[in-house]
Amino acid sequence: MKKLLIATALAGFSGAAFAQDVVRLGTEGAYPPYNFINDAGEVAGFEREFGDELCKRAGLTCEWVTNEWDSIIPNLQSGNYDVIIAGMSITDEREEVIDFSQGYLPPASSAYLAAAADADLMSGPVAAQTSTIQAAFVAENGMQLVEYATPEETVAAVKNGEAVAVLADKDYLAPIAAESGGALVLLAKEESIGGGVGLGFRDSDDDLRGKFDEAIKSMKCDGTLDAMITKAEYFGPEAKTWGDAGKEGC
Amino acid sequence: MSMTCWETVQAYGLRSIGIGENLLPKSDFTICQQFTLIGSGLIWNLYFGVLALTFGFFLANAIALARNARNPMIRKPAEWFVFVFRGSPLFIQFFLAYEALVLLPKGGIDILGIHLNTSWTTRAWAGALLVLFLNTAAYSAEIFHGALKSIPKGDLEAAEAYGLTGWKKFIRIEWPTMLRLGWPAYTNEAIFLFHATTLVYFSGFPAFAQKGDALYYANYFADKTFNPFIPYPIVAFYFILLTLIVTFIYGRVNRHLNRHLPANTRSRIRLRPQLIR
Amino acid sequence: MFEVCADPKAIEGLTWAACYLTSAKHVDFYWSFLTVLLLLAITAPAALGMGFMGATVARSHVLPLSLLGRTYIWMVRGVPDIIFFLFFVIALDQGLEYIKNLFVCDGGAWPWQGLEFRVCPEAKVPLAKSSAFWHQAYGFMLAVVTFAIVFGAFVANVIYGAMNAVPRAQLETAEAYGMSRAQVFRRILVPQMWVYALPGLGNLWMILIKATPLLFLLGVKDIVYYARELGGSKTQAYEYPHGDWRLWYFLGLLVFYLVFTRISEIGITRLTRKLSHGQATAGGEALRKAAA
Repeated sequence: MKKLLIATALAGFSGAAFAQDVVRLGTEGAYPPYNFINDAGEVAGFEREFGDELCKRAGLTCEWVTNEWDSIIPNLQSGNYDVIIAGMSITDEREEVIDFSQGYLPPASSAYLAAAADADLMSGPVAAQTSTIQAAFVAENGMQLVEYATPEETVAAVKNGEAVAVLADKDYLAPIAAESGGALVLLAKEESIGGGVGLGFRDSDDDLRGKFDEAIKSMKCDGTLDAMITKAEYFGPEAKTWGDAGKEGC
Repeated sequence: MSMTCWETVQAYGLRSIGIGENLLPKSDFTICQQFTLIGSGLIWNLYFGVLALTFGFFLANAIALARNARNPMIRKPAEWFVFVFRGSPLFIQFFLAYEALVLLPKGGIDILGIHLNTSWTTRAWAGALLVLFLNTAAYSAEIFHGALKSIPKGDLEAAEAYGLTGWKKFIRIEWPTMLRLGWPAYTNEAIFLFHATTLVYFSGFPAFAQKGDALYYANYFADKTFNPFIPYPIVAFYFILLTLIVTFIYGRVNRHLNRHLPANTRSRIRLRPQLIR
Repeated sequence: MFEVCADPKAIEGLTWAACYLTSAKHVDFYWSFLTVLLLLAITAPAALGMGFMGATVARSHVLPLSLLGRTYIWMVRGVPDIIFFLFFVIALDQGLEYIKNLFVCDGGAWPWQGLEFRVCPEAKVPLAKSSAFWHQAYGFMLAVVTFAIVFGAFVANVIYGAMNAVPRAQLETAEAYGMSRAQVFRRILVPQMWVYALPGLGNLWMILIKATPLLFLLGVKDIVYYARELGGSKTQAYEYPHGDWRLWYFLGLLVFYLVFTRISEIGITRLTRKLSHGQATAGGEALRKAAA
């Protein structure tokens, strides 16, 4: 914001003075442990560390930008940032609009968070974040969908009884269930939707995608990616990793 | 397999109230689809606008009278009500209302042995309607209060000379004159209340089963096609139509209220801005 | 910020609250109030300028110009403003890039291709390689322009009415003194118009204040953005975990807006009194009688 104030004061000047090769990474900043804004007001989480490492390996200067989830693809298209790094699952529908890098997180399961382990998913609305694979899944499988703009609100909906359950990535929901003191539980039923998590690029940005693909591959080859995924503050030692499959073709 | 436009209308014409195709269109995004779905969403804008205005009219009258009362026990609460609803953004009011309504116990409340169910209050059809109702009541009360104060002194004196006092004077002289004087401004309030209904699904209230208002679907298409040049002008088109209809209906009422006056002294309705609240 | 706050999970009570409320993210939140004030400070004169032009054009004796002015005023009035906000931010952005594309790209191809808006990298506004600073400033500028266009139409409506309210006799007297049309406009019409426009403009100022939460929809990190972000419940992944406090943050915003509109109301009342001095209106008459 401080920057903004100065920015407007100087708005008459050209941006050329600041020109350097900067790649802008767009994230949501509301989905721990994938990405969130910490109390210092900076982007943090797994994707922060991972993205910074990729930029280092690819020799790029990177900058972090946050954007609301429901307009994250349109704003990539209009050039507000160059890469989406926001726990976005690779799906056919999205492939039609943008290009994905190779996956950097293996396909993870989605879980239901509810107030009781015997919650009946057909008895009431199931919450999901707008424009997520989980929202599409709920709508397509005969459950009554209730949409919210942020992940935070979907969980709040279950807490206050607005929805019987929320469907989201298990890694996002697990810490919330663990810290709720038994008020919220993960259901035994899990769904596997989506084909892993990848970086999103504009169709026309093949060069940039190439650089990032190479960096991801090198992190898979030397095992740093797996080590990062299993860190306790991110996905924990139990998390799915790439293992030997990731080392093919190194 | 693409649908003909008529098939699209059959599938999505009533989608906003849960009739027809379950899933929203995922491909094509034809103009016909956009016109149909956005038009279907307009049902909700009409629902919110018509009901909030109807209920709000009565409350507004009561509050305008309370604001005119000598007794501060009656006047002060009315003044605070108007101040809070006119002094803060509707956007914030919606959000706060939703957050407050979800705090009501889900099992319902027992009052004097009667069990009241509360779960429906957080739904947009009830919760957002409540906010719009209170909001328009506050704005309209201010209009009617102003009209009440500008009733010509001579009219009231004449009424008293005829022996009209108290309730009779109010119902036969003051109230009709207040309506007549306040009507042009009240027409604007009605138009902008309809406009305000587009905020419902943008602040606080969630959409269930992808049932939303005109703007909800326009936003859906703009996000999917990354082309704002089609869906938003469609909503704009629908709202211009709606504005014309509201102006026409309120104009007829205005003519009725002014029917006793010579043509050159009738107050004409002039649109005044009162956009975001 | 302070040393005691180095390990937030080890402190509690008042110290915790003090550290929490001074975290860097909260400081950003406090700054965002200035963003809102800055938007108002820039938008109000911009909208006044747009409105003045709109009203002048609508009063023009050249029919096409007059129609253009009236259409501008009428369009914005018939359509919910939020639609303009959602529309203009994308439309202005794409429009600027399309025009730039015609000049700097080879061939200047039609950029709307399928589901993508594609111009060559040189036509991007701002350029992709510009720093975050410029991207933020650009986003803020788009918001300001959008607000100015929408509110300009409302101001134009008020000023148009005010210009028509200036007593005809005043203008005729000026003409009788041999003033040209431009002179009458400049010396008589515009100075006298303000007192008639003030109630409407005051009303618009209040509406403008209440429209600022929409900045959040335009992608600017304003007070609503931070209230939602800070108020949401936080797990142990954060330094200051807490439950869902959004209700309290939004109550804070409510109080902010109530105080702000109340202060504005008092200010406008004073200004009206001042401007009414010596004017041939009911307000001016009341002031004259009170003094006598």
